[in-house]
Amino acid sequence: MHSDHASLKLKIAAAAGLLFLHLPIALIFVYAFTTEEKSFQWPPPGYTLKWFAATWDRPDVWEAMALSLKVAAISTLLAMLLGTLCAAAVSRTKFFGRESISLLVILPIALPGVVTGIALRSAFSIAEVPFSTWTIVLGHATFCVVIVYNNAVARFRRTSGSLIEASMDLGANLFQTLRHVILPNIATALVVGGMLAFALSFDEVIVTTFTAGQQQTLPIWMLEELVRPRERPVTNVVAMVVVLVTLLPILGAYYLTRGTEAVAGQGK
Amino acid sequence: MTMAQTTASAQIGPSEGVLTRLSDTLWRRPTLLLLILLTPPALWLGIIYLGSLFALLLQSFFSIDHFTGLINHEFTLATYAELFTPANFDIIRRTVGMAALVTVASAVIAFPIAYYAARYAKGAWRALFYLGIMMPLWSSYLVKVYAWKLILAKEGILTWIFEGLHLTWLLDAYLALPVIGGNSLSVSPTGTFLVFVYVWLPYIVLPIQAALERVPTSMLEASGDLGAKPAQTFRHVLLPLALPGVIAGSIFTFSLTLGDYIIPQIIGTSRLFIGQAVYQHQGIAGNIPLAAAFAVVPIVIMGVYLWIAKRMGAFDAL
Repeated sequence: MHSDHASLKLKIAAAAGLLFLHLPIALIFVYAFTTEEKSFQWPPPGYTLKWFAATWDRPDVWEAMALSLKVAAISTLLAMLLGTLCAAAVSRTKFFGRESISLLVILPIALPGVVTGIALRSAFSIAEVPFSTWTIVLGHATFCVVIVYNNAVARFRRTSGSLIEASMDLGANLFQTLRHVILPNIATALVVGGMLAFALSFDEVIVTTFTAGQQQTLPIWMLEELVRPRERPVTNVVAMVVVLVTLLPILGAYYLTRGTEAVAGQGK
Repeated sequence: MTMAQTTASAQIGPSEGVLTRLSDTLWRRPTLLLLILLTPPALWLGIIYLGSLFALLLQSFFSIDHFTGLINHEFTLATYAELFTPANFDIIRRTVGMAALVTVASAVIAFPIAYYAARYAKGAWRALFYLGIMMPLWSSYLVKVYAWKLILAKEGILTWIFEGLHLTWLLDAYLALPVIGGNSLSVSPTGTFLVFVYVWLPYIVLPIQAALERVPTSMLEASGDLGAKPAQTFRHVLLPLALPGVIAGSIFTFSLTLGDYIIPQIIGTSRLFIGQAVYQHQGIAGNIPLAAAFAVVPIVIMGVYLWIAKRMGAFDAL
């Protein structure tokens, strides 16, 4: 007999699994306040707020943050444009090569990041493209397209084609239909896709190490600190801020897609 | 109807006449519209992405002159042959073995979470479970790795817990083991394994949960009614039905471990994984052909993996 209540063993296993997922992140929040400078000592010998002020005064952190935000913003806009176009084409019509288009969109995220990274890097060196913000954007936009695409495709499938036909029958041209019928219908899906793409780009490090040259995005700054720790307290604070910054778009995306079958964030 | 049409065209006015004509043309020729929609993304992905991939693939058929350090642009399979030297093949074997272990461990930890979420979590609990998996999944990758650097450090929380439980001898005995041990957890293969499992675990939970949600409760009840013990029901009914979801999720954990080069660089021994080999050969060594050949390895392995997954029905579970 199966009852409607979970067995104790299942409850414990599920709870332990979730704790395993969350405790390490919680630890980051504790370390941001520790007075210890030279090691990762636990328990912290004391608590202080002074590292927040110290981090605030660091130009390198601000520069890395600014570059990350800039790259994420441009990549998100590009991905939203390309992803929506692709989704519109794939969901509206059946055509030869439709399957390969879907595959092409998914490929940059399905293949390991190191493959995408080295492919772009060697292409840049063959074409003699110097590293710049745009080389980072090129990589980021490529793997962000799929996030927008997934959200937009799901929404296009649920938007009835008869709405568009009705609009055209009533005399609106294609552009008026786009403006007054199609866009309002897919708006939330686009916003969700955009927010997730932003979060993905803001956090990306593997492809970025190949396309950034000497530039530092925030994840690259973190990576350098991880490989050669120099200023642990500042890193602790930055880590905490990054957790908070990436959580906002996720909670926003969740809030906007509650109760629909297209679940936010499945594409990552 | 005629009225409406007249008013509409009256509102459009002469300035929008061009747009209307353009719109009519596009509406009458769906192929042209399709072409306009598809060209920008197809050009972007086709030229920038596929172009780069093919360029990479091409380079793997070149070789490097070990004396001059120059790349020899003649077609050869010698670079691929280099992958099978003992040192290089060891890297491939180590990476694939780690990816397999990480996948199995993730599946074991993920299953109870997914099962509880799919079957018992209702209402607010359901939302909480969903966010409870989504938030770690989307949390910054580097921050997660950093958290484990804090945990596994010699002066960190794990050592402190073992001390508190008077089990330091156990930890020391474990670290003294060959192959899996090391000077401290943060420089041992066990450390690398733990961080891999932690970072990729959320990716396998959702596909398993999706598969479990489709298992009818009546089947489990029928199995119980026919005298099966819970363990037998799990083994013969639940697991086979959930298997496509487990395999679908394992694609992520396996592929992500296969290509990662940051985690083993920060937590673990100095022995290389495929991703690190790619990074080092293209960077310091400047041996782009060998780096390219190494990059082809995960592509081929994932190709085989996806083919098997497809045959086992994993894509219907996604």
